[in-house]
Amino acid sequence: MSHDLLVRLILLLPLAGAVLLGVLPLFMPALRRREGLIGTIGTSVVVIPFAIATYLFVSYGGDPVTVSYFTWMEAAELSVDFAYRIDELSLIMTLIVTGVGGVIHLYSAGYMHGDPGFWRFFAYLNLFIFAMLNLVLANNLVVLFLGWEGVGLCSYLLIGFWYTDLKNSAAANKAFIVNRIGDFAFLMAMFLIFSELGSLSFDVLLTDAASVLSAETIDYIVLLLFIGATGKSAQIPLFVWLPDAMAGPTPVSALIHAATMVTSGLYLLARMSPIVLETEVVMMIIAVVGALTAIMAATIAITQNDIKKVLAYSTVSQLGYMFMAAGVGAFFVAIFHVLTHAFFKACLFLGSGSVIHSMEHVEHDLEHEGEDVSDFDPQDMRTMGNLQEYMPSTGWTYFIATLAISGIPLLAGFFSKDEILFKAFEYGYDGNTYAMFVWVVGVITAALTAFYMTRSYYLTFMGEERWPLADKIHPHESSWKMTVPLWILAGGSLVTGFLGLPAVIKDGKWNWIHHYLGANYGGPVAEASVSAHVPGSLEWGLIGLSSAIAVGVFFFARSMYLSQGIAFDVSLKERLGGLYELWEHKYRWDDFYDNVVVEALINQISRDGLAPFDSKIVDGAVNGLAGATQESSSLLRRIQTGVVQNYALALVFGVVLVIGLMIFGG
Amino acid sequence: MFGDFIPLFIMIALATGLALTLLKAAEIIGPKRPNRIKRTPYESGMDPIGSARERYSVKFYLVAMIFIVFDVEVVFMYPWAVSFHDFIEGGAAFGVMVVVTIFTVILLIGLVYDIKKGGLDFEQ
Amino acid sequence: MDLSQAFSTMAADLPAIFSMSVVTVAGLVMILQESLSENDRPIPWIGVGALAVAVVWELVHLGDPAGTAFFESIRTGGFASYINLIVLGSGIVTIILSVPYLDHIKHAYGEVYAMIMFATVGMLMLGTANSLVSIFVGLETMSVCLYVLTGLIREDEGSVESALKYFLLGAFSTGFFLYGIALMYGATGTMYLPEMQGAVPEGSIMFWAGVALFLIGFLFKVSAAPFHMWTPDVYQGAPTPLTGYMSTASKAAAFASLILVLFYALPDERWSLVLSAVALVTMIIGNVLAVSQDNVKRMLAYSSIAHAGYVLVALAAGTTEAYAGAMFYLLIYAIMNLGAFGVMAMLEWDGKEGRVQSLDSLAGIGHEKPLLGVAMGVFMFSLTGFPPLGGFMGKYAVFAPAVDAGLTWLVLIGVLMSAISAYYYLRVVVVFWLADAEDTPEAQAASRSFVFAGIPVKATIALCAVALVVLGVYSGGLLEMTFGFFEEGMMAATP
Repeated sequence: MSHDLLVRLILLLPLAGAVLLGVLPLFMPALRRREGLIGTIGTSVVVIPFAIATYLFVSYGGDPVTVSYFTWMEAAELSVDFAYRIDELSLIMTLIVTGVGGVIHLYSAGYMHGDPGFWRFFAYLNLFIFAMLNLVLANNLVVLFLGWEGVGLCSYLLIGFWYTDLKNSAAANKAFIVNRIGDFAFLMAMFLIFSELGSLSFDVLLTDAASVLSAETIDYIVLLLFIGATGKSAQIPLFVWLPDAMAGPTPVSALIHAATMVTSGLYLLARMSPIVLETEVVMMIIAVVGALTAIMAATIAITQNDIKKVLAYSTVSQLGYMFMAAGVGAFFVAIFHVLTHAFFKACLFLGSGSVIHSMEHVEHDLEHEGEDVSDFDPQDMRTMGNLQEYMPSTGWTYFIATLAISGIPLLAGFFSKDEILFKAFEYGYDGNTYAMFVWVVGVITAALTAFYMTRSYYLTFMGEERWPLADKIHPHESSWKMTVPLWILAGGSLVTGFLGLPAVIKDGKWNWIHHYLGANYGGPVAEASVSAHVPGSLEWGLIGLSSAIAVGVFFFARSMYLSQGIAFDVSLKERLGGLYELWEHKYRWDDFYDNVVVEALINQISRDGLAPFDSKIVDGAVNGLAGATQESSSLLRRIQTGVVQNYALALVFGVVLVIGLMIFGG
Repeated sequence: MFGDFIPLFIMIALATGLALTLLKAAEIIGPKRPNRIKRTPYESGMDPIGSARERYSVKFYLVAMIFIVFDVEVVFMYPWAVSFHDFIEGGAAFGVMVVVTIFTVILLIGLVYDIKKGGLDFEQ
Repeated sequence: MDLSQAFSTMAADLPAIFSMSVVTVAGLVMILQESLSENDRPIPWIGVGALAVAVVWELVHLGDPAGTAFFESIRTGGFASYINLIVLGSGIVTIILSVPYLDHIKHAYGEVYAMIMFATVGMLMLGTANSLVSIFVGLETMSVCLYVLTGLIREDEGSVESALKYFLLGAFSTGFFLYGIALMYGATGTMYLPEMQGAVPEGSIMFWAGVALFLIGFLFKVSAAPFHMWTPDVYQGAPTPLTGYMSTASKAAAFASLILVLFYALPDERWSLVLSAVALVTMIIGNVLAVSQDNVKRMLAYSSIAHAGYVLVALAAGTTEAYAGAMFYLLIYAIMNLGAFGVMAMLEWDGKEGRVQSLDSLAGIGHEKPLLGVAMGVFMFSLTGFPPLGGFMGKYAVFAPAVDAGLTWLVLIGVLMSAISAYYYLRVVVVFWLADAEDTPEAQAASRSFVFAGIPVKATIALCAVALVVLGVYSGGLLEMTFGFFEEGMMAATP
């Protein structure tokens, strides 16, 4: 079959699903309760594209295929088509998006069961898949930007899905606005590229840009793209929205805020890798920001008690890892980590969703028993414990994913994370000192990761049962619709690591993902060339070191939380003192934004600073007065006492400005 | 440069001086038989002392406004009338007739509107 | 000149003012209907019919080559038809929205519609003017009608106040404008735009001072800072559908006229700095002040100031691509703003032109009125510049050429400011859809006796929303067309 049609199907099926599920039930309320139908349609419009993408993947011949549908904008030299590109990178991303997406759709059918907004939820999810596919399949920056903004919109809709809770809509707003700040940089990058290069198509961009553009222009472009990426991929300083975004339903957290959307920044950098490699300065910035984000988020994660918050900060931290990889020129490793992370983090989130689901039932039962549940938080790990006994599937899959993210040897996370650390080390070994710093931070973060993930598993699934009336009320395992996806993802967390075996084995010949994506082997993703190679023995040593750290920390945390439970948190807090407090308060980033940015910039400047430019004369004062006569007289007085004169004064000021500029400025 | 303006300054000085001189001369030479009426600012106008907030019919202003509008518009017709002869000679009499008819009709519609809406009706 | 010759030329030029004539005659008929007949019902529909006829006429002539008529005082051709279409279309939308609105507030006077028609005539003249005199006549015809329309609800102190302010400051700025025209004429000896360019004496301060004053008149009309002060008060106090009209059609016409002046009449790019500075201040003031507004109409007023700033960025760039982008933006902007004001008109309950009601009082309204809610969502996202809606395309079309022309710093501020704008536009969406009426005291206290939005109104608003989606996804032809207006030959100075 022609690519034309196949790509069209991949893109249009989710869109059709979104329109169908969004519009029909809106006007036919009877349809809203047909959960089986809605779930089937919603899931199949994602699974079918996955099948098509698999076919494309298998039949892919090695040369990028571009398909173009119709012209979107055309004016003078600017011509932007709805054009899509199939190559190794977009295929992998498409498989992740539709594959993990399909699994999460299935899970959602179980998780959202009984929610009055069931239909809306699936419409949004399908719309998200459509936007995300636009993002990864785009053949030019404008279509990519369409997807980029589209996923932002869906994320906004889904975070605020339970809009009756005001906190959720605040979180949704925060996410959207913080992302807009990143998007502005993206737009600027686009303008710059167009003005310097005259084209936004990847065909031109990836082949000519590096030779045509001046070094300075590339610096700016890449920096702007990176700022864009920090917004979407939650890096310092724009990461603040992601933890709050956990207000949305858990499948959303798994799909959008762990597996797919937040990795789009990485995808962008990998896509642009031939240009990114041209600018050493910005690469250093990327690597350092990634490293700092990784360690900062990891330390915060240690102190969190909300199971989803732990995972949220863990995601921020893992994204930091990916940026570390990008910053040392190992873009394919970043994508490799995107892939493995999609499996184990989605598995963890869905597992937490399953836990929350059953804890909500516990809450419900408690209420039934006449207990006061106003303080009961079904997401708080301090009220859980020993869930492994009641929810074996959830427990086991969560355990596997925990091992994977902790970097226990032979699981997915081990290979990808180790590759990142090795690449950083190698780049540093080659003479780039900052990469050594990045490596050290990465190793420390690896230890922290193993610690907080082990903590979350043992607090949740082991130890004693800490909810009230634990002897009477027991949680239950979730339905098959939720456990089957968990097992699929856990399976992925077990095996996907073998796609990227480290260089010491067979000289890197078995590193499939490197051979598939790498520009040296005909793929689209460029990488930094390294002249001084790390000797094999040293590399084995590094692998040994990170394995030892992961295993060691795992057993340490295991023994501590098994024996002491939450009491260990307290002793940890005592030992670390102010540091722990700083972590607990998330390094006070939110305070900073609230006090400085929102309060000072927006409120102060807008309300007070520019007030002379805005006399709010039609305000409460006049409306409070009773009689019409009084009103009109006071109105007259206000006109006479200066408002209009002030306006005229401003006008005269402007006149002087304009004349002055015109005569002396030109 | 400055020299160019000297005649102007002389002119200003002369104008001012003459005006002042004449005023003073009138005060000195003229007979003075003042009475109460003569000392008011406007001999034949209204007395400006007292409350300025007297009631007028709002129609007064309305009619004044309408008068001004039509007055100004009729001014357009003077140049037309004066040069009509030239138009006849230029062979464009029909054209200008059409144009001024359109103008007059528009005015007429305004007048119709005004009358129908009671703009000239003082009794209302 | 041979007089008979002159009249036959004028007769031959009549098609150039077809739209103006139709709209004028319809306005007069409406006046007569209002005064001679008891039945006011058909009046707005006479207007809609006449405007629709003119729309068809202009659509047919959209591909015409550029030319002039009436001794070079009016431009014809694609550019003129394009801007006329924006103005006429805005007029139709405004009348349709006004009918139920004015019924609701019990001010359904036939004169209102006639005034809309006369204002439209002024705009038609302004947008196609080829000489300084035509510009002035068009501008004043438009303005005087708008002053009257602003003060329509004369029992309401806010409405009267805003009309008075608009009138006083408008007259003030007209003074500058006229003085500027006088100086420009004095320096060059011509009133015709294309002739002016060659006639400017080298280094003439008189001419450039004239241009400065002349620009001020325009900047006032398009509410660029610091000449924007009247805008929030006037927009808030005027009847809502008419506010939409004021903020779109009059700005579009004024900008079109300004583009013609910049393109033909002004020699070098000395004015670029002035326009850049004004654009900068306008974007900052518009966006930053919009953030702290609680009233949607006032917020939209500041938003319209901000959008004037975006267009000015393109004008400051001064390239044909930028002008074309600006023309495209004007269309998109007209649709977005007419729609947004239209929705707000239908969601008014305070009986004071929406001046008093807070945004919060409309909490959860999207669930009650899904069509208006969805449409408002589209308008707000489009105003934010969200792809693939029209607003994104528009912003792209004005910002990209400005970067090309070297105004990167200005575009940087523009894009940053439009990032801020997400904050206040989104708040409307949040309140409409995500807030709960039962949790919001303002919404509980509100009477919520809304205007009844019938089929025509709903269809119009829906059409605006759909148009934004369509133009966002498939605008290639249109953008290309606006480029065509500025190509060699198409913009021939004389026929």
